[in-house]
Amino acid sequence: MNKKVIATASLAGCFGCHMSVLDIDERILDLIELVEFNKSPIDDIKKFTKPVDIGIIEGGCCNSENVENLRYFRENCKVLISLGECAIMGGLPAMRNGIPLEECLREAYLDGPTVQLNKEGILPNNEELPQILDRVVPCHEVVKIDYFLPGCPPRADLIWDALYALISEQPMNIPYEVIKFD
Amino acid sequence: MENQIKIVIDGREITAEKGKTILEIARENGIFIPTLCHFKGADPKANCRVCTIKINNRMMTSCTTPAADGMEIENETPELNDIRKSIIELLFVCGNHFCPTCEKSGDCELQALAYRYQMMVPRFPYDFPQKAVDSSSPKILKEQNRCISCKRCIKTIKDEKGRHYFAFKNRGNKLEVVLDPDMGMEISDKLAQIAMKNCPVGSIIYKGKGFDQPIGTRKYDKTPIGG
Repeated sequence: MNKKVIATASLAGCFGCHMSVLDIDERILDLIELVEFNKSPIDDIKKFTKPVDIGIIEGGCCNSENVENLRYFRENCKVLISLGECAIMGGLPAMRNGIPLEECLREAYLDGPTVQLNKEGILPNNEELPQILDRVVPCHEVVKIDYFLPGCPPRADLIWDALYALISEQPMNIPYEVIKFD
Repeated sequence: MENQIKIVIDGREITAEKGKTILEIARENGIFIPTLCHFKGADPKANCRVCTIKINNRMMTSCTTPAADGMEIENETPELNDIRKSIIELLFVCGNHFCPTCEKSGDCELQALAYRYQMMVPRFPYDFPQKAVDSSSPKILKEQNRCISCKRCIKTIKDEKGRHYFAFKNRGNKLEVVLDPDMGMEISDKLAQIAMKNCPVGSIIYKGKGFDQPIGTRKYDKTPIGG
C-alpha cells in the first residue's frame, strides 16, 4: 500500500490539537508506517512538494495569513479536516468577536497592564505583517471543509480513529466518550 | 377502564392514564424524547421545539400535547432526529457557546444533546452575538450570550412570597431573560445554586465557584443524556 501523504497547519490555535496527536502514544509507530508528512510544523516543510491526501487544519482564521494558508491547503489537499474547536467555530480566539478590533489592539499594545515598552504608542501596521480580520472565522466559512473533529483538544482516540478510517477507507466507529467540545 | 388510553410510540403499544402529555407517558415508559425548556414540575411552554414528534403524520411538541386514544406517534426516526439536531445547531450558532471556557461544560444539556446527536459542526453560520453580560448581582453572573430563552429560571426561581427573580425583557430578536436588579442583590447562595442547576446551558453562573469537577467525572462525560 502506498503511503498516504498528510499535511498539517496551525492557524489561530494554541498548537494543542497538534499536541493531542502525540497522545496516540505508541500508535505513532503504526502511523508512520501508514503515512508520510509533507508541509507541516512537525517536520518544518514550508511548501507543498507533492499532492497531499489529507490536510489537517488546527485553528480558525484571525488574519490574512491564516486565510491565505488555508486556501493554499485547500488547493493542495484532496481531503481537508477541521481539527478542534478553533477550526470548527473560532474557539477561544473568537471570544474577541464581540469586541471592536480597535479596542482589542488598544488593550494589547497601548492600555494593557503589562504594556511597558511602547512609549511612542505604536499599533502594528507594517505592511509585512498580516492584516488582522474584523472577527475570527471558522475554517468552513472560508473554504470547503470535508470532515470535522471536535474537541479542545480532540481526543487522541478520535484523531487516530478518523485518520485510520480515512487511510484504510473503512467506516468510522465513534464511541460516545470521544466526541467532546472541551 | 374509562380512564385508560392506548397510544403507539414507534410501533410500541402503550397503555396510559388519560390527561397526561405524550412526553410524560414516554418518560414513564422509558422512552427518550429530548427536551430543553421542559422542567419537571413547571408548566410546559413548548419554547424550544426540541421535543418535536410526529403524530398521525403531523409535527407536534410532545411536552404540550395531551395524549389521546389511538394516537400513532413517531419519535426515534432519522427525519425527527435531524430536525432536533438542526434546532440544537441553531441554538449553538445563535449564541456564543464556547464550550472550552464555559463553567457548565460537561453538565450542559444543550451540549449533551449535541453529543447525543453527534453534532460535529452546525450547518448554519455563526452569529457571534454581542449582548452585555450582567454581573451586578454578588451571587449570580448572567451571561446573555449563552441564554436560550427557555424560561426555566423564570418559572422555577421564586422567593417565599412567590416573586420571580428572572423575567423576560424586550421583544423579538432583542428578547432577553434578565435577573431583577434589586432581587439579584439579595438572592441566597442556595437559590443561586439552584438557578445555576436549573439552567440547561451556562447562562446562569453561581459566582465564586466554577470548574470544580474534573473532566471525566461530570454528568455527561461518559453517559449520554437519556441513557
